[in-house]
Amino acid sequence: MRAEARIVAEADGRGGTRLRVLRGESPLLLRRTGPRAGGAVTVHLVGGAAGPLGGDDLRLDVEVGPAARLTVRSVAAQLALPGRAGAPPSRLEIRAAVAADATLRWLPEPLIAAAGCRHRAGTRVEVAAGGRLLWRDDLVCGRHDEPSGDVRADVTIRYAGSTLHRHELAVGPGAPGWSGAAVLGGGRAVGALVLAGPGWPEPALLGGDAALMPLAGPGLLASAVGRDIRQVRAALDPLCAAPGE
Amino acid sequence: MSLATLLVLADGRLPAGGHAHSGGLEAAVAAGRVRDVGDLGGFLRGRLHTTGLVSAAFAAGACARTGDFRDLDRGLDARTPSPALRRASRAQGRALLRAGRAMWSLPELGREPHHPVALGALAAAAGLGPREAAVAAAHGTVSGPAGAAVRLLGLDPYAVHALLARLAPEIDRIAADAAARTDDPVDDLPAAGAPLLDLGAELHATWEVRLFAS
Amino acid sequence: MHPEPHEHGPDEAPHSHPDPGVDPHAPLPAAPRALRIGIGGPVGSGKTALVAALCRALGAELRLAVVTNDIYTTEDADFLLRNGVLPAERIRAVETGCCPHTAIRDDISANLDAVEDLEAALGPLELVLVESGGDNLTATFSKGLIDRQIFVVDVAGGDKVPRKGGPGVTTADLLVINKTDLAPLVGADLAVMDRDARARRGDLPTVFLSLVQDRAAAPVADWIRALVAARVPAP
Ligand SMILES: Nc1nc2c(ncn2[C@@H]2O[C@H](COP(=O)(O)OP(=O)(O)OP(=O)(O)O)[C@@H](O)[C@H]2O)c(=O)[nH]1
Ligand SMILES: [Mg+2]
Repeated sequence: MRAEARIVAEADGRGGTRLRVLRGESPLLLRRTGPRAGGAVTVHLVGGAAGPLGGDDLRLDVEVGPAARLTVRSVAAQLALPGRAGAPPSRLEIRAAVAADATLRWLPEPLIAAAGCRHRAGTRVEVAAGGRLLWRDDLVCGRHDEPSGDVRADVTIRYAGSTLHRHELAVGPGAPGWSGAAVLGGGRAVGALVLAGPGWPEPALLGGDAALMPLAGPGLLASAVGRDIRQVRAALDPLCAAPGE
Repeated sequence: MSLATLLVLADGRLPAGGHAHSGGLEAAVAAGRVRDVGDLGGFLRGRLHTTGLVSAAFAAGACARTGDFRDLDRGLDARTPSPALRRASRAQGRALLRAGRAMWSLPELGREPHHPVALGALAAAAGLGPREAAVAAAHGTVSGPAGAAVRLLGLDPYAVHALLARLAPEIDRIAADAAARTDDPVDDLPAAGAPLLDLGAELHATWEVRLFAS
Repeated sequence: MHPEPHEHGPDEAPHSHPDPGVDPHAPLPAAPRALRIGIGGPVGSGKTALVAALCRALGAELRLAVVTNDIYTTEDADFLLRNGVLPAERIRAVETGCCPHTAIRDDISANLDAVEDLEAALGPLELVLVESGGDNLTATFSKGLIDRQIFVVDVAGGDKVPRKGGPGVTTADLLVINKTDLAPLVGADLAVMDRDARARRGDLPTVFLSLVQDRAAAPVADWIRALVAARVPAP
């Protein structure tokens, strides 16, 4: 299945945000949700079916114009599943652009790598100088009591024209050593939260296998590894709370 | 290309500060994640396919593109979210430059470039090619912690070297891939991360008592 | 190697120093590079106590700094800080990866970085003391790191230590036999130690010391003063 979705948020000129474009197709369906609290707009990915499935090719574009504020969430976890025999890996490509003085908060539910899946997730975000980005990616390696499928997630976050954060994570049988003590150490859940731009909390150890680390450029990365997703949430959720939500 | 020169560059006794870095092993041992040779094998394999892959690509790049040191150096900054690991990489880059200057004539690289960038520059100055730079880089990312494991855990050194021998074909493959990608834009070079190496390094940097610098 | 008695100047007594690895007449570095003195010796022999004493004795007359190589990185530095003999910015600690002798002999890069960092942060220095981690009788400093070295042993290890020799005892530019106050308690014969040290070291100097009695380590401080004075002044 191929699907494309697009969100364009812009300032409404009265201190709020309006959605100029909100277009999706199954399984990338989008809904505007929640009150217009604090001038920000929230969009939920409502999903159309379990997936992505092997062979799916999905693409999402997000654009947040100057001074606009957008939060994107999802109603349920994505469950990456194997497709029919011989299908290519499923793909989800996300492109986002955040303008000066704009804020994008990307806070979806986790991606679950079901046994036997082969999934590729690619993310590229461009943030203009003065823009703010909060980008969360959680990954669960297999459903309850099953081995992890193969997932490769590739993230590029650029800020003011330079690459701020480049990260790839590969888990599953195709990723040598992924469950060894250097990568996930037998942990079944891992989360990353990139905070780019000005005005974030100070770096800190977050307890357990989690830390909020200052990047070399303007921003921070919170990273957490857990036995299960609850441990990752306990470390990262407090950093994702926003005033007025 | 001189094979003997490659041995000189990759020699574990090269006085380039490596002996004081455990490549994250000291933190993994303290966390109880590495206790025996089997655990060490998993640690080394994961490190090779993350840090090792990235180091190989950047060493090959720095060897082939001697004018692009700064871009490559920034590319490693973007791939190293842990400030403790950025410091460790730069400290080792500085130490390697010191050793390299005594052996070959090096271009200007700044005071403390990231270690893979320094390694690539040394390889080029020594007349080696990107593949040799990459093989030295990838090998170094596992031989260092392997030696640290022998010292920290008292593991049987023969069993530990057997692990390294088993990884050798993977090191060769990683180096060949790295050498084939030296023309890629820096953003497209490998960025394989290892979350526990980052987190372990941050914890390790706060210890009052530690035997290794990283 | 100078096993035969020899002299260097008209006013100098003839002397010998039998070990091939040592040349007490090697030229000292010209100022403004700091004179670097390594202080080695077995665990607990009094290296840090000596460094503290030298800081007390020389801190007011020389611009000095200290690099420590304790296996536990901060132990020695903390001792110097706690005792108020040197402010924190004049002390650097180096991790040695479980190999204290590697860090001072085979791969001296971390120590050289520490010395350079101190000089960069504090401006020109006259004296840098590098304390090695406690090790065994074979641990000596590389000449790439230091200009002269002091080896500290104590009488509590028994009066056999100088007789055993080893590179530390035989080649150090100055051998310090410390804790003489304990000699009666452990039955160590200082005359025997002196005779054995002479046999091993030729005329390389050896001093007996009790750092609990001589808190300024006077003979060692004088030895360092003479070295500093003998340096070629800055051009
Ligand atoms: N009685 C006596 N004790 C001494 C003397 N010098 C040092 N000590 C004590 O010996 C102990 C060890 O001294 P340090 O200076 O820490 O020895 P060190 O050689 O630096 O030890 P490491 O760095 O651990 O190898 C301390 O408790 C000192 O107070 C001395 O002259 N006489
Ligand atoms: Mg000491």
